[in-house]
Amino acid sequence: MTEEIADWTKGAEAIVYQGCKTCGARQYFRRSFCAACGSTELTENRASGAGKVYATSLVCRAATPETRAHVPYNIVLVDTAEGFRMMAHGDNDLAIGDEVNARFTQFAGRLVPYFAKAK
Amino acid sequence: MSFVTGVGLTSYGKHGGSSSLDLMSRAAELAIADAGLKRSEIDGVLCGYSTVSPHIMLATVFAEHFGIRPSYAHAVQVGGATGLAMTMLAHHLVDAGIAKHVLIVGGENRLTGQSRDASIQALAQVGHPDYEVTLGPTIPAYYGLVASRYMHEYGVTQEDLAEFAVLMRKHALSHPGAQFHEPITVADVMASKPVAMPLKLLDCCPVSDGGAAFVISREATSERRVRVRGCAQAHTHQHVTAAPALSDLGAEISIAKAKQASGLSISDVCYAAVYDSFTITLAMLLEDLGLAKRGEAAARVRAGYFNQDGEMPLNTHGGLLSYGHCGVGGAMAHLVETHLQMTGRAENRQVRDASIALLHGDGGVLSSHVSMFLERV
Repeated sequence: MTEEIADWTKGAEAIVYQGCKTCGARQYFRRSFCAACGSTELTENRASGAGKVYATSLVCRAATPETRAHVPYNIVLVDTAEGFRMMAHGDNDLAIGDEVNARFTQFAGRLVPYFAKAK
Repeated sequence: MSFVTGVGLTSYGKHGGSSSLDLMSRAAELAIADAGLKRSEIDGVLCGYSTVSPHIMLATVFAEHFGIRPSYAHAVQVGGATGLAMTMLAHHLVDAGIAKHVLIVGGENRLTGQSRDASIQALAQVGHPDYEVTLGPTIPAYYGLVASRYMHEYGVTQEDLAEFAVLMRKHALSHPGAQFHEPITVADVMASKPVAMPLKLLDCCPVSDGGAAFVISREATSERRVRVRGCAQAHTHQHVTAAPALSDLGAEISIAKAKQASGLSISDVCYAAVYDSFTITLAMLLEDLGLAKRGEAAARVRAGYFNQDGEMPLNTHGGLLSYGHCGVGGAMAHLVETHLQMTGRAENRQVRDASIALLHGDGGVLSSHVSMFLERV
C-alpha cells in the first residue's frame, strides 16, 4: 500500500480517497484493503474538490454547545468528480444537482470540508 | 413453526423513576401473563439495548433482575430493526428446538433517564466516527438527507410527508397508552420548528419512556393462534454516505425474500405495521414494500387507504411518531398492536380483518431491514 496522505479527518486541508490497483474500485472511508475485492493493493489519491450535490439537510437543532453555535448549518452529500460520495458542509442555499467546489472551514473546533457553488 | 403467544406493552411517554430494567420487567410480566405462562416456563431470553444504561450483557442482567434462569439468552442490536430481528431469531430458535418459549423484551427510560441532547448525541453515533459524526449531523439530518433526495427523485413534497404525521396522530388519539393526545393538522406539521430540513419537529418521532415484550413459542398456548409465516432481512450499508441508490435499498430486498419465505404476496396482506421513525421513513418504506406505488403513498393517506377502516390499516396504535419511541421497545409496539388486531382485542381500534399482517423494521439509516408476515391460523 502507498503511504497514507493526511486528509481533513486528520486536520489537513485535503480530501483523500483510495483506488484499488486490482479491481479499480474507489473508496472514501480509509481501510487497509479494498472493500469491493479484498485486495490490499491500494493507491492514495487527493481529490480535486469538484463534485455535484446529491442530497442536503439544513441542521437547525444541534445536540452539543459546540455545534449549536453554528446552527443552522447545511450537511450535504456530494458525488465527487472522482466517483465517490462524501458528507460535508456547504452553503445553506445549495440545491441537489448543483456543481460545487470544496474548501475547508472550522466547525466545532475541527477542520471540515465545505462546498460552495462552482463559479 | 412458531407462534406469537403473548404480548405486553406499557404506555409510552414519561415514566419518571422507572429504570430501563423496571420498564422491561413490566412489559415482560404482561407478555408472559398474556401467553398464560409462568415465568419458570420461559427458557429463552432475547433483549435489546438501553442507551441510558448500556451493558455488555443486558440479557443476563435482565434475567437475574426478573428472576429467571433461561437456557438461552443474549442481547441483539440492530437499531430500530431490533424487535423484529429478535422475533425472527426466536422464530428460528423455537423452530429448531433450541427453546420452547422465548421472551423478547425491550424497554428504556430514554425520556426521563437522560437529557434530550444526550439521546440525540447517542443516536447520532450510528454515523461514521471520522467521516460523518465530526460534521455534527443528527439522526434527523441523516434522514433529512435521504428525504431531500427522495423528494427530488419522486416529486414528494413536505406537505405529502406531513400527511403521515397527521395519520399517526389520528390513530394515537384512540389509544390511551400513546404519548400524544392532541390532534394535529398538515398546517401544524408545516409550522412546527425546523429540526433538519426538510424534516420539522412533527416529522420526527419523540423520545419516550416505555417497554414492550412478547413471547414466541413452539406451540400455541391458547386459542389465539398467531404464527410467523415467513421473514427475512437485508443489510446493505451502515452509513448514509455509503448507502446504495434509492432504488436499491434493503427494504425491497428483504420484502422480496420474506414473500418467498412465506409464499405470500402484498395482495394477501390486510394489516400493515411499518417503521416510522420519521415521516420520510414511513413514506419510503410503504413504497419500497409495495403498499403504495412510488411517490403515491401520501395520496393513499389522503384517500383514507391506511385508516383504521381503510383497505390497509396501518400502525393503528399511532406508531413511533405518536405512540412514542423508547428505543428497542418503540417498534416492538407495532407488533404488540398487530397481535391485538389479529386476535380481535384492539377494542375501539379494532379493524375488520387482520388475519394476515406485514411488519417491517428499519435500523440505522435505512441500513438494516427485517420484513415479516404474521398469520392467524
